[in-house]
Amino acid sequence: MSTETPTTPAAPAVDPRLLVRKEGLAGYFDEFTRKIRSGELGSLPVVIGLIIIAAIFQVKTGSFLNADNLTNITKWIAGPGLIAVGVVFVLLLGEIDLSLGSVAGATAAITSVLSVRQGLNEWLAIVLAIASAIAIGALHGYFFAKIGVPAFVVTLAGMLAWNGLQMLVLGTLGTVNNPNDGVVANLDNYFLGDGDIIWAWLFAIVTIVLFAAGQLLDSRRRSAAGLPARPVSEIALRTGVIGVVVLVAAYMLNQDSGLPLPLVIFVGIVALGDFVLRRTAYGRQIFAVGGGIEAARRAGINVAWVRISVYMISAGLAGFGGLFIASQQGSADKALGTGNVLMSAIAAAVIGGTSLFGGRGKTWSALLGILVIQSITTGLDMVRAQQAIQYMITGAVLLAAVVLDSVSRRTQKSHGRG
Amino acid sequence: MTGAPVLALRGVSKRFGAVQALTDVHLEVHAGEVVALVGDNGAGKSTLVKTIAGVHPIDEGVIEWEGKAVGINRPQDAQQLGVATVYQDLALCDNLDVVGNLFLGRELKRFGTLDEVAMEKRARELLDTLSIRIPSVRIPIAGLSGGQRQVVAIARALVGDPKIVILDEPTAALGVEQTAQVLDLVERLRQRGLGVILISHNMADVKAVADTVAVLRLGRNNGSFEVASTSHEEIISAITGATDNAVTRRQARIAEEAK
Repeated sequence: MSTETPTTPAAPAVDPRLLVRKEGLAGYFDEFTRKIRSGELGSLPVVIGLIIIAAIFQVKTGSFLNADNLTNITKWIAGPGLIAVGVVFVLLLGEIDLSLGSVAGATAAITSVLSVRQGLNEWLAIVLAIASAIAIGALHGYFFAKIGVPAFVVTLAGMLAWNGLQMLVLGTLGTVNNPNDGVVANLDNYFLGDGDIIWAWLFAIVTIVLFAAGQLLDSRRRSAAGLPARPVSEIALRTGVIGVVVLVAAYMLNQDSGLPLPLVIFVGIVALGDFVLRRTAYGRQIFAVGGGIEAARRAGINVAWVRISVYMISAGLAGFGGLFIASQQGSADKALGTGNVLMSAIAAAVIGGTSLFGGRGKTWSALLGILVIQSITTGLDMVRAQQAIQYMITGAVLLAAVVLDSVSRRTQKSHGRG
Repeated sequence: MTGAPVLALRGVSKRFGAVQALTDVHLEVHAGEVVALVGDNGAGKSTLVKTIAGVHPIDEGVIEWEGKAVGINRPQDAQQLGVATVYQDLALCDNLDVVGNLFLGRELKRFGTLDEVAMEKRARELLDTLSIRIPSVRIPIAGLSGGQRQVVAIARALVGDPKIVILDEPTAALGVEQTAQVLDLVERLRQRGLGVILISHNMADVKAVADTVAVLRLGRNNGSFEVASTSHEEIISAITGATDNAVTRRQARIAEEAK
């Protein structure tokens, strides 16, 4: 037959049917509009949502965009935001973790009981409590990945059981107040350099420089390897947008009390999580398990370990978030982590653009999503809306986000990018 | 086909409980040879492939790799020897892009982090040498057609530089054009000196690319034919068992070669 096909000319690497992007900023803009049309909305809806929310409350209250209010919002998002980062990891697997609120509560309870009632060093208490949170996550992961119990049921059982543990640890006395000037108390109250404005500017400038340098180095390596690279104009535009956001944030924070510690830790963990997910083999394995378990298994990935470790990460982050919540309310009590804490965290991850269906998302969606939720909560508090109204509006926003996720998923399918 | 075969199965048997899935099966694959493995459903093709791929360890017999007896007890053993298997259900991650899928499980790293630039470069080179056309190496697998997914799956098998590639029904769900592309690709694998085991129900494909056809029937060898000198009907009758003398004819040929 056709065994004598001597030298097939190498086919062009680019399919002629593919829309090739034009050079420069015009090409960037073209691709942007094409992505929006085909349902790759990315962070756009949530950013627009944030702007609308801020505008509405600014008009209603006249003080929503004041420096002190914005500072408060950035402090309050740390606790639920850290839980939401854990939710992002679990959602990437296409699973759910319903126990995170209880784990947060139990961790806060263990920390304060160990340090206040048992008189343990506070740092040691924190390490022990977070270690128990991670152990709890490993237990969930074991039952899910090894025994094969659906994650929904395992973590539902966990939600009840760890809430019980939280009450048991706290005992009949119930609430444990944070010791004054202790580690936990400072998590929420501390401003870097006791409010020295240099810190906010320093962080802002370091962020911008690191971002621009990273993009430029990457672009240079790609063009050196003969691969399509981002043009300098596009890098400048992206750096400009990031720069404006970071510098405005630094300016606003400095108008009040400077750079709050909870914001630094939260954003730091979001960035670390993003690095792990996108730049390490482990992160690639998480995406692979979320996108196709069989494919992951055949590629030699230890699926059970990936699952167990992700539940350990989510529980550990929830425990850490619980400490921030305890810091903010001044005490660890039986109600910490109950109510809508878990739902806010899940809603934040989804509102920020992480898919409920697994395999798509990033940790930054936890930051954006929790900003939306906290802005709504704070804004409604400022206009003195009832709790009932708050729940209903937050519910509606969550539903809108999930609808957007489902619709964009369908649009992406029809545009061949599901 | 001179020299020792890269892979040789000698008298391989495999039982699952009361079922004797393979009995005394022989198979040889040389470098640069395409061996088509044919047989009816339940003839033992998949089991045979899985013993080579290390999914099912063999009960009896010997597997020889480049003339030396080896034990293949786990999929990793097969991979380390240089056996790459492309299963029928492809097993690609829909949400990862082509580069991510090609290097899944053996990512290239730089300072402990993923080296996307090196991976993308190698992916492009690999796809170019195989003359594989896909729109972009950075689009998710979900955006590719069935034929494109098949060639990506085959390319993925080649990332580890294997010596033997096993293709399980690579053209089963493909259109005319895509089938031709995959067959072209099989020929390119042969040109690169790889041994290919091709499982197929499609006689036209087998006649088009295979050098040798090994027929399995009820877990036993039922003839091995040179494609060039064998008619369609002879292969079919060996598959269905219509010729009682297929085995004897083979034995006669072996006796003749020995003279």
